[in-house]
Amino acid sequence: MKYAFTRLALGMCCASWLAVAATAPVGEPKPESKPFKLNSTADHTKFKELQKEFKTGPEVTKACLICHTEAARQIHTTQHWKWEYLNPENKQVLGKKHIVNNFCTSVSSNYKSCASCHIGYGMEDDKFDFTSQENVDCIVCHDTTGRYKKPAGFAGNPVTRDTEFPPGSGKIIKGIDLQSIAQKVGKSRRETCGACHFYGGGGDGVKHGDLDSSLEAPDKALDVHMDVKGNNFVCATCHKTEGHQLPGSRYFPTAMDKNPAHMRGKADSSNPATCQSCHGQTPHKSNAKLNTHTAKVACQTCHIPAFARGGMPTKMSWDWSTAGKRDAKGKPLVVTNEDGHVTYNGIKGDFVLAENVKPDYIWFNGSVKYTLLGDEIDKTQQPVYINRFEGSAKDGKSMIWPVKTFRGKQPFDPITKSLVVTHLAGNDDSAYWTNLNWEKAISTGMATVGKPFSGKVDFVETVSMWPITHMVAPKEKAVGCVECHRTNGRLEKIDGIYIPGRSRDHLTLVDTAGWGIALLTLLGVLGHGAMRVSSRKR
Amino acid sequence: MTQRVYIFKGFERFWHWSQAALIIFLLLTGFEIHGTYVSFGFEKAVAYHTIAAWSLVGLWIFAIFWHFTTGEWRHYIPTLQKIFVIAQFYSSGIFKHEPHPFKPSRRNKHNPLQRLTYLAILTMLSPLIWITGWLYLFYADWPAWGLSKLQLEWIALGHTIGAFLMLAFLISHLYLATTGHKITSQVKAMITGWEEVEGDATPVASRSK
Repeated sequence: MKYAFTRLALGMCCASWLAVAATAPVGEPKPESKPFKLNSTADHTKFKELQKEFKTGPEVTKACLICHTEAARQIHTTQHWKWEYLNPENKQVLGKKHIVNNFCTSVSSNYKSCASCHIGYGMEDDKFDFTSQENVDCIVCHDTTGRYKKPAGFAGNPVTRDTEFPPGSGKIIKGIDLQSIAQKVGKSRRETCGACHFYGGGGDGVKHGDLDSSLEAPDKALDVHMDVKGNNFVCATCHKTEGHQLPGSRYFPTAMDKNPAHMRGKADSSNPATCQSCHGQTPHKSNAKLNTHTAKVACQTCHIPAFARGGMPTKMSWDWSTAGKRDAKGKPLVVTNEDGHVTYNGIKGDFVLAENVKPDYIWFNGSVKYTLLGDEIDKTQQPVYINRFEGSAKDGKSMIWPVKTFRGKQPFDPITKSLVVTHLAGNDDSAYWTNLNWEKAISTGMATVGKPFSGKVDFVETVSMWPITHMVAPKEKAVGCVECHRTNGRLEKIDGIYIPGRSRDHLTLVDTAGWGIALLTLLGVLGHGAMRVSSRKR
Repeated sequence: MTQRVYIFKGFERFWHWSQAALIIFLLLTGFEIHGTYVSFGFEKAVAYHTIAAWSLVGLWIFAIFWHFTTGEWRHYIPTLQKIFVIAQFYSSGIFKHEPHPFKPSRRNKHNPLQRLTYLAILTMLSPLIWITGWLYLFYADWPAWGLSKLQLEWIALGHTIGAFLMLAFLISHLYLATTGHKITSQVKAMITGWEEVEGDATPVASRSK
């Protein structure tokens, strides 16, 4: 179960608008002239079960389950479905249902919006029936048309008839034709995974930094594996899925993989999403010295020189404490930078965005400790770690990893000393995005999870850590030796290891004495020589 | 009066100069790896340092073979005989333009101070540099060799100490090469094999300007 869950740790929070696929639809079918599909033995347009009008998502799922009888029950065991994950080491109960992060903070009390990224239908609140088979959303991962969408505010349901939303706003969400979409299902694509994972944190590239819409069709420089003109990997090429179980979860990552490359036909139980699962332990052929680095340095550390390289900035910090400003018309103030990206929003606060970001580097052993709702916060010990990656040079399980350090400042309860659930989205009176009132938003949010709220609101600096593992550059663009083997290089802050070329590792006594001896020798011989010269003149 | 004595054989000269070039190059690349300055760039410095180190290993294999098959190793047997006379020459006689008290010959190439210095380099400094250098190169194999307790820091420290001592030796060696009969006599000898030495056997003490 360790690897059973995917890196696809669904884009948390407020996803303002979530399309399941963002590319243009594929061409209209031409049944007569179409060559038969070589990548599948089944043409879903020929199935009678799909030749009918579908008014709702669950109706489609019922049709799918006629043939794929066990699919929903497989899905029921996944993290994608449960939004819950039990850390087997420290027994922390994690997953979207439980954690509070420093982006839009929590799914609880915001289900109708957040459930756009749930692979189910109708997750309106925490009463959702996780045993329902027909509420499994097959299409969200298997759509090949790019037309399937789960707009925010509909609890994960697609809209099949033109609908005004929010009611009374005059904005119309166009209905989609589930029949034609269902007839063209296929394998998951970069766009289907990306519809949530590229947009986590409320927008394109916001959360991860190494995942954004530029990976829908990347070139080689951006991602050597997903390069559309080259290897053309999809997400599932590495996140190799069996029985709908996606390996490679961020909640319990494989920080150190000492297993050999996987071989066809051999039973490999290790995580298939690691670099080593294909490349093995000694991947460097032309410069063998590089292989001696694999004991301590994660592949990603050298091979991902920077994240957010696809032209889309990622959020580096988010300060909720400045939210609440309104413009002259009384609407929440919005400030954009010269690239058109929002840097202040009255309903969210201040953002710092960045592209081509050099990661931070840490020792990481795969253990992640969260600060959960109810865990005591000490404001004198800022920042509070939303999730702390653990590890050290000495534990024998850690590697030097690149991470995105995301800094936040978010509300907490100074009396109960706990993080809080904030009710952000909704058309009701207490939603922060409607009324800009923290006390109401937190009061409602905490009530939905049955936790106490003192009524007092304060803000605390927080940090969340995100492993950098995508956007692998071609080897020519890998981080050069000297970027770490120097003083004030990328690994300047890494303790517990001797890095040749880094002056903080030198023993000052030896360097001082060494240069001193060399200098004294030089002065000695110069003096001796001078005396010889002067004695000759006499 | 001078006379010419054939002291250094062909292989010996080849060994000396190629070793000199390699050691200087190893010092240059080594201190770049240490982070002292930037010249080749870290990556190239490491590659060149490694190539030069292996070249020196190869050279040493030939040199060791040569020393033992020819009996030349005897030139490194230490002696304290006349050592004070030699020391006195360098500390005072040389300024009075006294002739060098040591007369090199094919049977006895090195003066007692040289013998001691070279022996110390052969038995202490070289092993320090070689052993730490090899361990450095085979860092990844330490666990397989049962050396997982070893710290790279210690190895690097030992290697660095060796480098500083070698640098100090190089400086003094370059200077002392000028203290022959003429300033260039010893360098010429190392190039041609023939050294110009004082022609007669008059005792040192009796000679003065």
